[in-house]
Amino acid sequence: MSEPKFVPKTIYVTYIASTPEKVWAALTSSEFTTRYFFGRSVEIEGKVSGRFAMRMPDGRFDIKGRVVEWDPPRRLQVTWAVDFEEFRELPESLVTYEIEPLGGSVKVTMTESHQWDVPDAILAGGRQGWPLILSSLKSVLETGVPITIDVPMGPPKQMIDAIRQAIAAKPWRDAGPGR
Amino acid sequence: MSEPKFVYVTYIATTPQKLWQALTEGAFTRQYWFGQTIESDWSLGSRVVFRSGSEVHDYGEVLECEPCRRLSYSWHVEFHEVFRREKPSRVTFELEPMGNEVKLMVTHDQFEPDSKVRDAVSNGWPLVLASLKSLLETGRPSLLTSADKLCGARERAIALAESAA
Repeated sequence: MSEPKFVPKTIYVTYIASTPEKVWAALTSSEFTTRYFFGRSVEIEGKVSGRFAMRMPDGRFDIKGRVVEWDPPRRLQVTWAVDFEEFRELPESLVTYEIEPLGGSVKVTMTESHQWDVPDAILAGGRQGWPLILSSLKSVLETGVPITIDVPMGPPKQMIDAIRQAIAAKPWRDAGPGR
Repeated sequence: MSEPKFVYVTYIATTPQKLWQALTEGAFTRQYWFGQTIESDWSLGSRVVFRSGSEVHDYGEVLECEPCRRLSYSWHVEFHEVFRREKPSRVTFELEPMGNEVKLMVTHDQFEPDSKVRDAVSNGWPLVLASLKSLLETGRPSLLTSADKLCGARERAIALAESAA
């Protein structure tokens, strides 16, 4: 296998008073994602290898990928490449959503996995964003009202510096297949 | 070397005052925290007790208390032998008002090496904090509202502890 090995680096778990079907719809339909995902609308082809992208409010895409697993309403996995300035040079990551019914509620697990030894300064971006996105998703489904904090999705400065260093060193080239 | 800390962040549409009340008053905690009532006078050095009926599950000591901003206490898990033999860990709550919401960061640290308490609380916190958020935003905890589900959560934690022992 020449497929790269992805290792989970950030996991966020929440529980939502909803159904798996509604959570699935909230993850895969743009009328929901625009409300909780920093205004972004998802575009996703519902099949393995289908196209996946997130469109910014200004119409441009800043996240692109493809569907790896499409198993409604239980499991969604997409590759995740950030199509924004220096981020374009980084290897794509993998985002997995697992949806489990549990005692009249739904457990949602988001896992962000990487194929190289990502420094914490770069992981900080996702670790800042995911709690806000998934807290807001929970509020949208339970109350109809998203979290309205006006925090831009933009990366912290230390993250940009770490990305520039990583691009210069390209540590993922050492991580050959079957390492 | 100590175990890595556990950090969880959530955003709740509420006020710091209401969130503080929900973290420090037993009438609130028993609605979202595995049915347990928290008791303390929240003075530095005072005892913190988690009670379920007359039974004390866990206890600790107030380390920091800055109302509506920051709360920290040590935590000794009492309810099962596997956890009881570990030294106390520490939990810290930081509340930060942001517009119409509050950012809540929970940091649980100072675990022993190979801590079973760390495994248990890493599973427990997302559930407790999701229920807390639901309670404050909707008036209903999201999960574990019936008594037998509460017991189920405790039983799962005990099974986890015993399988790890």
